[in-house]
Amino acid sequence: MRLSKGKLAIDFMGMRYIALVLSSILVIASIASLATRGLNFGIDFTGGTLVEVGYPQAVDLANVRSALADARYEQVQVQHFGASSEVLIRIPPRAGKESAQISEDVLAALAKQEAAVDMRRVEFVGPQVGEELTEQGGLAMIYALIGILIYIVVRFQWRFAPGAVIALVHDVTITMGFFSLFQFDFNLTVLAALLAVIGYSLNDTIVVFDRIRENFRKVRKSSPIDIMNMSINQTISRTLMTSVTTLLVLTSLFVFGGEVIHAFSLALIVGVVIGTYSSIFVASTTALALGVSKSDLMPVVRSGDNETDRAGP
Amino acid sequence: MNRYPLWKHILLITVIVVGCIYALPNLYGEDPALQISGVRQAEVDDTVSATVARVLGDAGIGIKLLERGEGKIMVRFEDTETQLKAADYVKAALGTDYVVAFNLAPATPAWLTSFNALPMYLGLDLRGGVHFLMEVDMQAAGKQAIERYTTEIRTLLREEKIRYALLRAEQAGVRVVFRSEEDRARAESLLRKNFPTLVTESAETTGKPEFTTRPSEQETRETQQFALQQNILTLRNRVNELGVAEPVIQQQGASRIVVQLPGVQDPGQAKRILGATATLEYRAVDIEHDLERAIAGKVPAGSRLYRERKGGHVLLKKSVIATGDQIVNARSGFDSMSGSPMVSVTLDAKGARSMLRFTKENVGKPMAVVFIENRSETKIVDGEPVKRPVKVEEVVSVATIRDVFSSRFQTTGLDSSREAQELALILRSGALAAPIEIVEERTVGPSLGKDNIRQGFNSVMIGFCVVLVFMALYYRVFGLVADLALTLNLVLIVAILSMLQATLTLPGIAGIVLTVGMAVDANVLIFERIREELRNGNSPQASIHAGYEKALSTIADANITTLIAAIVLLSFGTGPVKGFAVTLSIGILTSMFTAIFGTRAVINLVYGGRRRVAQLMI
Repeated sequence: MRLSKGKLAIDFMGMRYIALVLSSILVIASIASLATRGLNFGIDFTGGTLVEVGYPQAVDLANVRSALADARYEQVQVQHFGASSEVLIRIPPRAGKESAQISEDVLAALAKQEAAVDMRRVEFVGPQVGEELTEQGGLAMIYALIGILIYIVVRFQWRFAPGAVIALVHDVTITMGFFSLFQFDFNLTVLAALLAVIGYSLNDTIVVFDRIRENFRKVRKSSPIDIMNMSINQTISRTLMTSVTTLLVLTSLFVFGGEVIHAFSLALIVGVVIGTYSSIFVASTTALALGVSKSDLMPVVRSGDNETDRAGP
Repeated sequence: MNRYPLWKHILLITVIVVGCIYALPNLYGEDPALQISGVRQAEVDDTVSATVARVLGDAGIGIKLLERGEGKIMVRFEDTETQLKAADYVKAALGTDYVVAFNLAPATPAWLTSFNALPMYLGLDLRGGVHFLMEVDMQAAGKQAIERYTTEIRTLLREEKIRYALLRAEQAGVRVVFRSEEDRARAESLLRKNFPTLVTESAETTGKPEFTTRPSEQETRETQQFALQQNILTLRNRVNELGVAEPVIQQQGASRIVVQLPGVQDPGQAKRILGATATLEYRAVDIEHDLERAIAGKVPAGSRLYRERKGGHVLLKKSVIATGDQIVNARSGFDSMSGSPMVSVTLDAKGARSMLRFTKENVGKPMAVVFIENRSETKIVDGEPVKRPVKVEEVVSVATIRDVFSSRFQTTGLDSSREAQELALILRSGALAAPIEIVEERTVGPSLGKDNIRQGFNSVMIGFCVVLVFMALYYRVFGLVADLALTLNLVLIVAILSMLQATLTLPGIAGIVLTVGMAVDANVLIFERIREELRNGNSPQASIHAGYEKALSTIADANITTLIAAIVLLSFGTGPVKGFAVTLSIGILTSMFTAIFGTRAVINLVYGGRRRVAQLMI
């Protein structure tokens, strides 16, 4: 089984302006949403208390709210979590209250109404810890980008590095935009997913770059556009194959992995789709725009290498 | 050319065998067990294990296995119900000198444990339990040091007969105001001699000679470090008293402590006990002066007005008979006369001497027990949360001394038997050197833990099977070879996690799932390259060779960049993120081995031996 018979010859570079428009729209929409709606930060970043409880049967949220209101917890967010018998309660940080005590109060209030309530999860993050996590998360993102930038400059050529990084920023921005637009919970695991998306998307980009470099060295008398097209065509079936297998397992994680891992797998699914697109259309286009040429990629010492390469073993 | 030398086959087979052995213990599951360990001097020896065996035998409770480990006994049972029932009997038989904790003991067969092969360590989100991050209030530690110096300097100046107008603890240090310049000079030289680490600054703010003295910065740092270490020690004692198997108590950063308690069912109790700073003090009641006048504001020098827990006030002498840190043992129980909850206390030699002297001279007079608690209270000042240490002091009981006593006696007046139990536990485990506050909590109930394991396992297996089928359909024979590699990859990830005894968390499982999807990437790269070579008209053998050769650098490049991201995640690593990063990094490394080296070995076996291969099934 294969995606196509014979050699592919799709003019990807010819579509680069369409891709540019599409990417611009997505990025601008994402930034607009991030600026106006912001992210629905989880308690990992904002601080606060989260209590997940399970009831023996389906429960009405209004009842849960009234039980909490009786204990003077009015400013809380109550929602079903995965099933109608499970409830997630989020309480913002509260001044003057021994913060770790809040979850105790909440559980006691719920137990008063329904004795069979089961504590499934309690998370409490102090405001200071939340700030630190936000700061560390941002730093981690920047360090990952810098580390990757350095690797590409050393291993390839500087003109490729901005291409790869722009593709990564593109992917991360759109994934975050998606979370902002739909107001999905943005927690610590989503941040980890974003870093994994960076790794994954880069993986794809590198494979394309590797082939571009090889073709620049091997094929004579070809314009950079033709070489890029050729390289993407040669790698496209691999790019799609890997994305498909990765999306298969991620879907399995999303469907069977349980509610706790939902946001994480969703971020990865969105990121992998965008990352696949960007490694085809964004990364090489940027390298092209920065004027990558044959002479940039020629091995310095022996220029005869490409000849032997071509002959094969 | 498509043949591997013998040593490569041997290497591969060795890796497979070792991988299987170390991954195997994970298939056996765990037995519900009780872990019995001694508190303080109590030894866990043959008599204890004999007692346990006898008690359970008498009660008709079946034991699966009883083992003696280093300083502990592990008793395994068939199911959790028996375990729960057995715990009651064992606790009753052994008393408070032993801690009986619920545990899950790996049911790994002996031949595997002889290789040191153990199952993966499950994280709190999978087995259920409590994770606390606690912040030690360093400001309070500094304040306590200044208060201690205040007392010491006061005593020193009195002994040396140096008169002062004012001596008190302030934010900046101990402030002393003198009546004459000469007194100040004498005091300063005394301080230099007796407390060389203090930094003294003179001032004349009120027109009188004065100075403020405080511990040097280095000493403050040492005090804080000591407070942290002391707190870790105290927390460890308290956790031991709580009866938790395999707890983790570690320093994190300059002022924080991580406490992880697997399998704790009541996080509320854990919070109360770990954070408690309660202690007791024994003081004489001032019966010479009038209580009403003291309440009106005229408190006599040498005495202090205290609130009573049951309401009202009582006037106590400032000098202390015995303090909480002189208590070496404490047990809770019920008073034999009144039936009310009590704590029976044992004092150390110093405390006992002082108590003996006092009771000898004061039979028939009242003595008070003061309950002291240090808490941090957060108040919002100008929109910013500000922490402030608060000291709560209450008199829990005033009793008439009927007889002379020294080291052992009882304290009543507590609210409930639970309070008595917890107070006894806290007194036994020692005081916290500085108040602590929980700044992060992650608790997972046992039911969610079980769900997480089940769902995590399902998503790995389903994702894995789907990829297997997909690869086999798409690449046929080569796809099946890639499937073998993927299976080996999964075994190796589990084996390495087990060998490292790394903690497996739910995000860690997610990392494994992601690796399963991405691990085939290397094979896809190679196989696509082989197809390409075939299309270019190369012979099957040459295509296989070229496919592996050419894809290699691409695979390395692609994986190294993913590894960079994973390592950043690892160093960023707080709990949930770290687990993901660990499995992802391990998965990347093992997948390179299995996808390149492993598949090549099998492909070589299938195709390499033949002279002519008409067609590749790819």
